Amino acid sequence: VTAEPDRYPGGATGWGEPPDPGWDGQRVALVDLLDRLLAGGVVLSGEVTISLAGVDLVHVSLRTLISSAATLLDPPRPPARLDHPQPPATPLDPP
Amino acid sequence: VTGGTLCYLYAVIDAADVPAPPLGPGVDGADVTVLTEGPLAAVLSEVPADQFGEPALRSRLEDLDWLAELARAHHRVIDRMSRVTAVAPLRMATVVVDRAAVRDLLASRRASFAEVLDRVRGRQEWGVKAYVVTDGPDETDTDSPGAGPGTAYLLRRRGQRERAQRAFAAGVERARRLHELLSQHAVDTRTYPPQDPRLSGRTEPMVLNAAYLVPAGQVDALRAEAARFDAAGLRVELTGPWAPYSFAQDSAS
Repeated sequence: VTAEPDRYPGGATGWGEPPDPGWDGQRVALVDLLDRLLAGGVVLSGEVTISLAGVDLVHVSLRTLISSAATLLDPPRPPARLDHPQPPATPLDPP
Repeated sequence: VTGGTLCYLYAVIDAADVPAPPLGPGVDGADVTVLTEGPLAAVLSEVPADQFGEPALRSRLEDLDWLAELARAHHRVIDRMSRVTAVAPLRMATVVVDRAAVRDLLASRRASFAEVLDRVRGRQEWGVKAYVVTDGPDETDTDSPGAGPGTAYLLRRRGQRERAQRAFAAGVERARRLHELLSQHAVDTRTYPPQDPRLSGRTEPMVLNAAYLVPAGQVDALRAEAARFDAAGLRVELTGPWAPYSFAQDSAS
C-alpha cells in the first residue's frame, strides 16, 4: 500500500507507522465512518444546537441524518406503510 | 463574527505530544493548527463563519454529499493525529466562535478531557461487523416423493424459509459468542445498530456491529479471534485501527 504523501508524510516527520495494508482513510467505508462520527466523540453541549449569538459553541446534532441518508440513497422506493396499513384509496370495483 | 472565521474543533490531545507542523488541511482547506492551554491542546482549523455558522451548517448537513465530504475531512485530521498521540476526538461539526473560546473550553473541561485521554492512551479502537452467510443450496429439499408440482414448490419454499431462519438464529448466537470473546481482549466495547443493507452494500443480514477499545498488546489476539469466526455461517469484517471515536465520552456525558 502506497500511503498518500499528504496524509502520511512518513517516518521522518514523526507521523508514525504507515497504515495497515488495506486500510487507509480513503478506503474507510462511509457507513462505518458515520456510525462513529454521528454517535461518537466528545459532545460539548448536549444534543442541542446553541446559537452563536448567546453562547460560544455551536454543536449540531447529526443523529437523525442516518435515516435521511438512507432515504436519499434510495429515492425510488415508495414510502413504507407498515406502521399504518391502509386499504387502497380507491375501491377496486369493476368498472 | 459576520464575515469572519470560526474555529472547527477536531480533537483534544496532550500538550506535551503536539506534533510539529504542517498538520495538513482541515475541513475547509485551511491548515490545521494546535492551540495549547495548560496540559491540553486543541486541534482546530479556521472555517468561514458564513458557511459554518449555525444556520449554514444546519442546512448544509442535510446535503449528503457535503456531509460525506465533511466526515472524511474530519476523519483525516483525527486519524492522522491518532497515529502519533492519544486523541480525544470531538463530535463532528463542533464549531467554536474564536480561539479565546477554545482556551476557555480547554480550561473549564480540563478534568474530563484528561479522563478521556487517560482512558484511550495506548489503546486502539477496532470495529467488527459480522454477517450471516446464507448462501449455498441445501440438499435436503431435492424432492418430496408423492407430491405434485405445486405442493413440491410450496414445500421447497417453506424449507428454504425455515433454513434461512435457522441460519439466522445460529448466526445471531455465533455473533453473540464472538462479541463475548472479543470483549475479553478489550477494555471497553460499544455496539452500534446493524447497518442498513442499502448503506452497507451487502445483502446478508448484519448481526454484529461493534467497536472495541483494545490495548496495543491485545490487537493480534483480537484479530485472530475475529478470523477464527470468519468461517462457515458467519462473515466477519475487521476495521481499524480507528481513533477512539466510540470511546470518547467522559463519565458525565
